[in-house]
Amino acid sequence: MNPAITAATAGRVLRQLRNDPRTVAMLVVVPSVLMILLRYVYNGSQRTFDSIGLSLLGIFPFITMFLVTSVAMLRERTSGTLERLFTTRLAKLDLLLGYAGAFAVATVVQVGVVSLIAFGWLGLDARAGVGWVLALALASALLGMALGLLVSAFARTEFQAVQFLPAVVLPQFLLCGLLTPRSEMVDLLRWLSNLLPMSYAVEGLARVGQGTVDAVLFRDVAVVLACIVAALALGAATLRRRTS
Amino acid sequence: MADPAIAVENLVVYRGKRQVLFDLSCAVPAGQVTGLLGPSGGGKTTLLRSIVGVQVIRSGTVTVLGLPAGDPALRTRIGYVTQAPSVYADLSVADNVRYFAALTSGADRVEEVLASVDLADRAADRVDQLSGGQRARVSLACALVGAPPLLVLDEPTVGLDPVLRRDLWNLFHDLARGGSTILISSHVMDEAARCDRLLLLRDGRLYADDTPAAIRHQTGTEDLEEAFLRLATDSEEAR
Repeated sequence: MNPAITAATAGRVLRQLRNDPRTVAMLVVVPSVLMILLRYVYNGSQRTFDSIGLSLLGIFPFITMFLVTSVAMLRERTSGTLERLFTTRLAKLDLLLGYAGAFAVATVVQVGVVSLIAFGWLGLDARAGVGWVLALALASALLGMALGLLVSAFARTEFQAVQFLPAVVLPQFLLCGLLTPRSEMVDLLRWLSNLLPMSYAVEGLARVGQGTVDAVLFRDVAVVLACIVAALALGAATLRRRTS
Repeated sequence: MADPAIAVENLVVYRGKRQVLFDLSCAVPAGQVTGLLGPSGGGKTTLLRSIVGVQVIRSGTVTVLGLPAGDPALRTRIGYVTQAPSVYADLSVADNVRYFAALTSGADRVEEVLASVDLADRAADRVDQLSGGQRARVSLACALVGAPPLLVLDEPTVGLDPVLRRDLWNLFHDLARGGSTILISSHVMDEAARCDRLLLLRDGRLYADDTPAAIRHQTGTEDLEEAFLRLATDSEEAR
C-alpha cells in the first residue's frame, strides 16, 4: 500500500463524481426533499419526526453509497480498468481506501446539507449533538459502500447491480426497528434483526436522539465498524489480480 | 540472442473448459518491436494476458525481464494496453493520463505523452466525447506515461487512419531504439512488415517465430500474408 496512490485514487473517484453534476445534485437534493416531506407528514408529532428523521440520516447515506459503489465498481470490472489497475503497483487496499476516502467526502457533503436543513430549519433534535449524527451517518455510508463493493462481484450488468439494492436494503430497512420497535418483533424476526448491521446504526442514532451516550451506543458503533471491515475484507477477496 | 525480454516455455492456458494455448514456447528479444500476428480468437490476447500476469495459467513458465510473470517488481516496468480502451470515460483525457502517471512513476510527462499520440489539443475533453480511435490513443498514452521498459499492446492501431498508424509505428520504433521492448498484437497482416520480429499464432499454436526477412526466405515469397498462409497449411499437414 502506498499513500500517494491511495490519495490519487480517491482524487480520481471524486473527479468522476464531480464530472457528473446530476448525480451529485441527486445525492444532496433527494434526501433533503424527503426530509422536508417527512417533517410535514408528521406535522403534529415532533417526537415521531425526531426519531424517524434521525434514522433516515443514517439510512440515506447507506442507500446512496451502496448504489454508487456497486455501479462504479461494476464499471471498473466490465470496462477493463480494474484489470489494468492490477497490472500497476496499485494495491487492493489502495483501491478500497481510495473509494472509501472519496465517498466519505461525498457523505460529509450529503449529510452536512441534509443536517443543515433538518437541524437548522425543520427543528430536528439530536440531544447528544450533531457530531454523533455525522459520525454514525459516515459509518453507515461506509457500510453501504463496503456491501456495494461486495455485491458488484455478483452482478454482470448494471441492471443486476441495481436489483441488489432492494434485496440488500429493504430487509434491513424493515427489520431495523424504524417501523416497529425491535423489542416488539416475534423472536425469529428479532434474531434476524440482530444479525443485520443497519439495526445497530439505527439504534445508535436513536440513542443519539435521546442524548444517552452510553455503552450501548459504543457497542452499536463498534458493531457497525466491525461489519464494515468484514464486508470490505469479503469484497477484497473478490478482487483478483489474476483471472481465468 | 542476449537475454530475451520475455521467455515463454511450454505454456498451457485454459479459459473455462476450452484450451486456448497449446504447449507454447517463444522468446521476445529486448529492444525490438515484436509483432504477435494471427486471426482473432487465436489466443493472442490470452498470451498477452499471461505475459502481463493477469491470466491464470495451467502449466509452463513465463519469464518477463528476468522475473516470473506477475511478480510485484514488474508492476512499474510493464505498460499494458488492452484491446478495448480501458480508461475512465467520465474523466478528461489529461485526468486519465495523470492518474495512471501517479500509479506508475509519478513523473509529470502528461503533455509530452499526449503530444506523442497526437491528442495534445484534446487534453481537457472528456473521454466519452472522443471517437473510438481517439479513446484507443488515450489508453495508449496511459501506458506510455510511466515510460516502462516493456510495452504490451493489444491491437493498439485498430480503426486509426493510415497517417496516424504510420506515426504510431514510428513512435514504437523510436521507443525500441531508446531501449524499450515492444510486443504488439495485430490481426492486420500489413502491419507485419513494420515489425523487427514476428510471432504467428493460430488456434493457440505458434506457426512462426522469426524476422520478416527470414520468414520470406523460408517460404519463398515476398508477400507476408502469402507466407503465413503457406506456413499455416504446412503445419496443418504436419499435424
